[in-house]
Amino acid sequence: MGILEVKDVNKRFGGLQALGDVNLSIAENSVHAIIGPNGAGKSTLLNCLVGKLIPDTGSVMFDGQSVLGRTPFQINQMGISRVFQTPEIFGDLSVMENMMIPCFAKRDGSFRMHAIENMLNEQDIVEKAERMLIDMNMIDKRDMHAASMSRGDKRRLEIGMCLAQEPRLLLLDEPTAGMARADTNNTIDLLKQIKDERDITIAIIEHDMHVVFSLAERITVLAQGTPLVEDLPENIKGHPKVREAYLGEAA
Amino acid sequence: MLGLNKHDRTLLIIVAILTMCAPFILNPFPTDSGMAQFNAGYPDLMQRFVIFGIFAIGFNILFGLTGYLSFGHAAFLGVGSYSAVWMFKLLSMNVIPAILLAMIISGLFAVLIGYVSLRRSGIYFSILTLAFAQMSFNLAYSVLTPITNGETGLQLTLDDPRILGVSATADGGIPVTSLFGLEMRSTYEMAVGPWAFQFNAGYYLCALIMLASFYLSIRIFRSPFGMMLRAVKSNQTRLNYTGLNPRPYTLAAFVISGMYAGLAGGLMASMDPLAGAERMQWTASGEVVLMSILGGAGTLIGPVLGAGFIKYFENIFSKINDTVLHNWFAFLPDGLEDAVVFIIHPFIGKGWHLTLGILFMLVVIFLPGGLVEGGQRIRRLFSKKPADDGKPAATKPAE
Ligand SMILES: Nc1ncnc2c1ncn2[C@@H]1O[C@H](COP(=O)(O)OP(=O)(O)O)[C@@H](O)[C@H]1O
Ligand SMILES: [Mg+2]
Repeated sequence: MGILEVKDVNKRFGGLQALGDVNLSIAENSVHAIIGPNGAGKSTLLNCLVGKLIPDTGSVMFDGQSVLGRTPFQINQMGISRVFQTPEIFGDLSVMENMMIPCFAKRDGSFRMHAIENMLNEQDIVEKAERMLIDMNMIDKRDMHAASMSRGDKRRLEIGMCLAQEPRLLLLDEPTAGMARADTNNTIDLLKQIKDERDITIAIIEHDMHVVFSLAERITVLAQGTPLVEDLPENIKGHPKVREAYLGEAA
Repeated sequence: MLGLNKHDRTLLIIVAILTMCAPFILNPFPTDSGMAQFNAGYPDLMQRFVIFGIFAIGFNILFGLTGYLSFGHAAFLGVGSYSAVWMFKLLSMNVIPAILLAMIISGLFAVLIGYVSLRRSGIYFSILTLAFAQMSFNLAYSVLTPITNGETGLQLTLDDPRILGVSATADGGIPVTSLFGLEMRSTYEMAVGPWAFQFNAGYYLCALIMLASFYLSIRIFRSPFGMMLRAVKSNQTRLNYTGLNPRPYTLAAFVISGMYAGLAGGLMASMDPLAGAERMQWTASGEVVLMSILGGAGTLIGPVLGAGFIKYFENIFSKINDTVLHNWFAFLPDGLEDAVVFIIHPFIGKGWHLTLGILFMLVVIFLPGGLVEGGQRIRRLFSKKPADDGKPAATKPAE
């Protein structure tokens, strides 16, 4: 039994079968990559896991509990955090405030009316947020306006914010899309470090093979909404079906 | 002290000094001088300054922090006024129960209206609040006449039951509102040479309550809750995927700001015990939006400045009429005098809203941050070398 079990999931958009009979099992504490050509349904699948979309049929179980019918914030509170294709952060807030919000969410749940408490009395939150910023190597940007940072830094902050929640499953949707080589390598290093240092399961959707093969312990190839193969990275590389799916698209 | 940082404490102290000394500050011109018409130190005008200040401070907690623009906040103002007048009619002329009831009833209204309206955001939210407010206005104006006394407005009468108090005073008049016996209308007049300063009990009550409201709003701005509200404004997607539910946060902000409006309405009725449906009209809702934006939405002091600015100029401009203008321009040759008066005429008296509209446009275009931004620019002009001026200011906490 994996920490995440997807069974017979189908999702149609009008006449388009975006996901067809998807079965997927992600083992606890592994790094699992989902790859596939553009339009294969990777983002759709991910959206079905976090409550943004509801599958037409099938089930999605996280740690033995169904996530279907729950809202994104409830699913997040179950222990699933998500990094977006374009970094979603609180641009109008400072970097430190960005980091404090997930710390509050972890400690206090989805809502708490702490309207006249003083921030100075939230020492545990402040310390935790600072520790996360140090871990993310961005403590020097503590008081910066989050929107004014580079894309790589925004991505780093977003990953840090997800980690501050101590999730059991971290989902990343093309975390290096649109990044310069240096930023991509930084992100790979960061994810490697996270994998080594924390008890966390990572599911990553990625287009960039360099990223996939540097990180993944297991790979699922999705094509036209259906998993083609699932195997170890070394077996995926030369797999004829994978070549067909990819080369067919590239050609 | 007070759980505020140095910057906020200074701000609070400045506001406290200004409000406490308002009778002096607002009456700088000798009573007999030609400039006396620019004085604003009369009890009822000063009361309006601080009461609208409270209204705007509360509105800013919703609009400034979460970005949800309500076009129906005057409904809560009206509900507060009606509640307070009913308390005067039924219970006692003491303002405390009236103010408390005003806040409770407007809070309940805010829960209802907020619960429905906050299912949508952006322009749809604004339209929903506007629709609710217009509904309230129409209900108050006609359908609910037994409660609101329709278009006449709700007033005290000589045969109000009033459990804790008398229906009429010994000399046959309607009793006046008071705070444990201190009459709200009682005014002490101090004459210093040609100047006259008026100290009114009602004003000081309102001013103290405004200071408390302002203090509470600073605490809210600086609290984790305030940070969550800013996060709602900044990125709701991220908030949802960080395990936080935006709905109760926005509803709480909506109810708090509704209660501030109810408090303001209750105070209005406490100063002058009558309530009319026009207090709920959309123009009144629009006015508080103007106050916030003109002063600087999302800043602490902005709404207070905006409220004072609008109420002051409303008073001055409404008082100026053609006779006054002819006096001012008497030095011009007759034909020219008439021409100048003719040109200015549409902007004064009842035409004050035209002036307000122009002022508002100028501020939005040239000072998007409102009067607060204007103040900051002036301060930067004096405190820094021009060379530094081009740099954008680093992220500063709200003034
Ligand atoms: N909300 C939607 N409505 C309609 N069609 C959609 C929607 N989301 C995705 N699709 C379609 O579903 C298919 C899979 O999309 P997506 O999951 O984004 O692919 P990938 O992330 O693998 O590139 C695409 O053909 C896309 O156009
Ligand atoms: Mg995608």
